[in-house]
Amino acid sequence: MDASTAFYVISLIKILVVFAVLMTTLAYLQWIERKVIAHIQVRPGPYFVGPHGLLQPLADVVKLITKEDLLPPYVNKPIYLAAPFIAVSMALLSISVIPFGPKIDVFGYQTYMQLTDLNIGVLFILAVSSVGVYGVALAGWSSNNKYALLGALRSSAQMISYELPLSLAIAAPLLISNTLSLRQLVVTQGGAPGHPGTFWNWNLFHGWQWISFIIFLIAAFAETNRVPFDLAEAENELVAGFHTEYSSMKFASFFMAEYANMITVSCMAVLLFLGGWVAPWPAKYGSGLVPVAVFALSGLIALYHGLHPARRMDRFSLPVVGVVFLIVAAVFLAPFTQSWLLPLFWFCAKVGLILFAFIWVRGTLPRFRYDQLMVFTWKFLFPIAVMNLLVTGLVVALV
Amino acid sequence: MDVILFLIFAAISLVCAVNVVIQPHPISSAISLIGVMGSLAVLYLLLGAEFIAAAQVIVYAGAVMVLFLFVIMLLNAGRETAQSKSETAHLLGVPALLVFALLLAYFLRQRPEEGVHFGGFTGGSAEAVGRALFTAYLLPFEVVSVLILIAIVGAIVLARKEI
Repeated sequence: MDASTAFYVISLIKILVVFAVLMTTLAYLQWIERKVIAHIQVRPGPYFVGPHGLLQPLADVVKLITKEDLLPPYVNKPIYLAAPFIAVSMALLSISVIPFGPKIDVFGYQTYMQLTDLNIGVLFILAVSSVGVYGVALAGWSSNNKYALLGALRSSAQMISYELPLSLAIAAPLLISNTLSLRQLVVTQGGAPGHPGTFWNWNLFHGWQWISFIIFLIAAFAETNRVPFDLAEAENELVAGFHTEYSSMKFASFFMAEYANMITVSCMAVLLFLGGWVAPWPAKYGSGLVPVAVFALSGLIALYHGLHPARRMDRFSLPVVGVVFLIVAAVFLAPFTQSWLLPLFWFCAKVGLILFAFIWVRGTLPRFRYDQLMVFTWKFLFPIAVMNLLVTGLVVALV
Repeated sequence: MDVILFLIFAAISLVCAVNVVIQPHPISSAISLIGVMGSLAVLYLLLGAEFIAAAQVIVYAGAVMVLFLFVIMLLNAGRETAQSKSETAHLLGVPALLVFALLLAYFLRQRPEEGVHFGGFTGGSAEAVGRALFTAYLLPFEVVSVLILIAIVGAIVLARKEI
């Protein structure tokens, strides 16, 4: 196999793997969200499809595919059909520039754990997400429904307004790292080969960059239309907002787009501020043992509860889960998997932390009023973001 | 490969541009304009100006056109009916088109040796654009920013009178 064939084959494999993992994550993120919110509200959440409702996402997918695909007679047909497609394709496109780990060796071929590295990676994600607004805007308009139109108007106004503080908050760590490539961003935060890598190198702990981080997170919540900024689909005012008239897979497309956007902004937060795949402390102080400890402990807890079952099902389900976790822990101990599994573990752990924050906030905070939302971004968030960028630029120029 | 992509996206941008004018519905025109912006961004990318391409999408497709759509949606503008043909368009349209075509042909004949080299342009990175803006073109850059500020202030003054 010559070099270019190998490149195409490896790229194809990488695309398939990333796509499959992303799709599974999208389905299960929804299960995790329902579970976490349920536990916040002291109820069990999905429980009956599979052990602990673990097969609920599959059931949901089957349900959404087999539902009748309604096409209301009063919609603007081509735009109505194109809108969910735009939304979901733009949301999935941005994952193509996210780096999950460093350069690795696969059977003698050196490859990066990333589909492609653009030297304008950050701008690419901003551009793709700004085109994604059309999915929402056109869906609302073409539905020919006042609730949908109001939802779309709110959503596009909100997304344009919050894009400003978002971009300004992104610019501050970019100034420090002096690059627009997402892979280079991690390299400057202690991800260079041979660099021990500690949390102290992360942009989050660089001076007062936690301010940029908080601005970024708030704006990201608004950009993804999540609670407390989910005015585009405020159920008690707008039925379901911009996707009121959508059913079946077209509705599912918007759902997938929302969750894919959540994953993308979480990845962005991790890459910009939390050092990407870099471990919080160097491997010589045992950061490589953390995943082993986490998985082994979870496995042992599951085994213990399987031996002392509280419910009848637990006698079968929990030991299986426990054994799987112990096997995963053993895999992390194998030396040839460590070079690529450890970065992946830290990356996923950080992204998972941010995603958990998304869900946590949804379970905790009420929705903003619309005027409060606009006043908040234009009179509070935007000035702070400008000041933050100015001072950061000044310090970077002087130091 | 580059030439094929260029031809494809040049064709798309031309078709979309014509579509902007002939579509009866404002929303369709606006969407066609987004198509023009998008294919222009691809053409920039083919020429090696990746920062300009990203800025094109973020600023024009992502911000300006969303505002256009927003206004069209707010006004709920319906299908435009064809107006009776204006005299000036008849009298001036064809000569103006001819003059434009002649000018274009003249400039194209002026420099036949300077062909387009795909990817040969190296000044398209964010660093190169930033350097050019803040050294050689500093004064125009600042003047444009003042101009935009004036436009914003003007818009606010006009909007205030309405209330």
